[in-house]
Amino acid sequence: MNVFERLLSVSRRKSPWVYCLNAGSCNGCDIEIAATMGPRYDPEQVGALRQGSPKHADILLVTGPLTLRTQDALCDIWGQIPRPKAVVAIGSCPASGNVFVGSPTIVGPLAQVIPVDLYVPGCPPRPQAILQGCIQAAHLLAAGKTNDQLATRKDGR
Amino acid sequence: MNAWGGIGSALLLWPGFFGGAALAWLLVWIQRKAAAQLQGRIGPPFYQPFFDFIKLLGKDTAVPVGVNRRLVFALPLISLVAAVCAVSLIPVPGNPMPSFAGDLVVLLYLLEMPALCEVLAGFSSRSLYGQVGSAREAVLWLGYNLPFLAAVVSLAIQAKSLTLATLAAVPLGPVHLAAAAAFLCALPARLKRNPFSIPNAEQEIVAGPFTEYSGVPLACFELSHGLELVALASLFTVLFLPLGNTFALRWPLYLVGSAALVGVITLVATATARLTVRHAFRFYWSWGACAAILALMIAGMW
Repeated sequence: MNVFERLLSVSRRKSPWVYCLNAGSCNGCDIEIAATMGPRYDPEQVGALRQGSPKHADILLVTGPLTLRTQDALCDIWGQIPRPKAVVAIGSCPASGNVFVGSPTIVGPLAQVIPVDLYVPGCPPRPQAILQGCIQAAHLLAAGKTNDQLATRKDGR
Repeated sequence: MNAWGGIGSALLLWPGFFGGAALAWLLVWIQRKAAAQLQGRIGPPFYQPFFDFIKLLGKDTAVPVGVNRRLVFALPLISLVAAVCAVSLIPVPGNPMPSFAGDLVVLLYLLEMPALCEVLAGFSSRSLYGQVGSAREAVLWLGYNLPFLAAVVSLAIQAKSLTLATLAAVPLGPVHLAAAAAFLCALPARLKRNPFSIPNAEQEIVAGPFTEYSGVPLACFELSHGLELVALASLFTVLFLPLGNTFALRWPLYLVGSAALVGVITLVATATARLTVRHAFRFYWSWGACAAILALMIAGMW
């Protein structure tokens, strides 16, 4: 790694900007994300900022069991986030479907649709766990080891 | 040092690109840290704006379909170059830029460039949020420039000069009080801070004109916004603070003055809610106009 690559790696670790997406969640995890972004857990002290535009984000936080109606929007927004990017699945729903498993209106685990890097388990998870998920995703981005980064490297990019 | 060497080092080292960027990141950090402390948070570490900038340089740049690729890169670059030139014209301590007649006019034009580029960037991005943000910025621009220009023009009338160094050397008088009021009144809107954070109201229109921007163009826009902050803080300290000629007094007064100005703007920003465009415009054309007329009248009579 040359000097600029090393600096870039450090800055990816220090400045994870997140974009939150509700893919059919019951709103429980979204309330915990709102608490995470609030003054009490202050993610800005590790450099994390919530962004309104996916084009400014590094990390996509997905909540909910991924319903049929949100699938296209999810793929669209995931495609709009510029590389390098990480995906963190918040709560049990995107991991397994949780209590909605077997429902005709859900697509299935999130990893079938987009590459997921981290799962933050819980129904809903605690704000500390969500914050830790963001920090670990930032470390993956810095190391170049998110699934998207590994996949694009294999394509010869 | 000859004149060209002075111009070159002013543009590149201090107070231009490198020194200006360092001060911009420091002032942006003060802004974010002060806001965090006022909201009962810890806030970002001091290197945060620097790492944000480097990270954005390393991101991919997404150009929306139907938007000219060259325009997406040119607008932030023009904005950045104009902001660097504006900062390097201001006679801050240690500025080797030779003073010339009419540099005030050049500075005022250069200071308008970032706002103009932002409006064009929003309109050309084909995003609804960008277009709404640009329209708001353009309307607000007509509002805040009334007190801002009146403040600078009244000082120029009093000094009977359009040279920044002459304006800075005028001893402080009653016109400075009125002009400073008009200047301060225009500042939050120029910096798009509350209660005038109307063009970049993130709860309403995502990121305003920058919604579709990512990677290097976004980094350039962020840096030019920081340099705009440096330019306005420098202009304020140079025009309205008695910096004097002693080296030991000039530097601390300049830096503390800039930081204090940023602190005051942040205090106002965290204590207020966002106004609508209509109310902001009315504020500038009533109270802003009062301050402007007062400053011009005092300048004309004294």
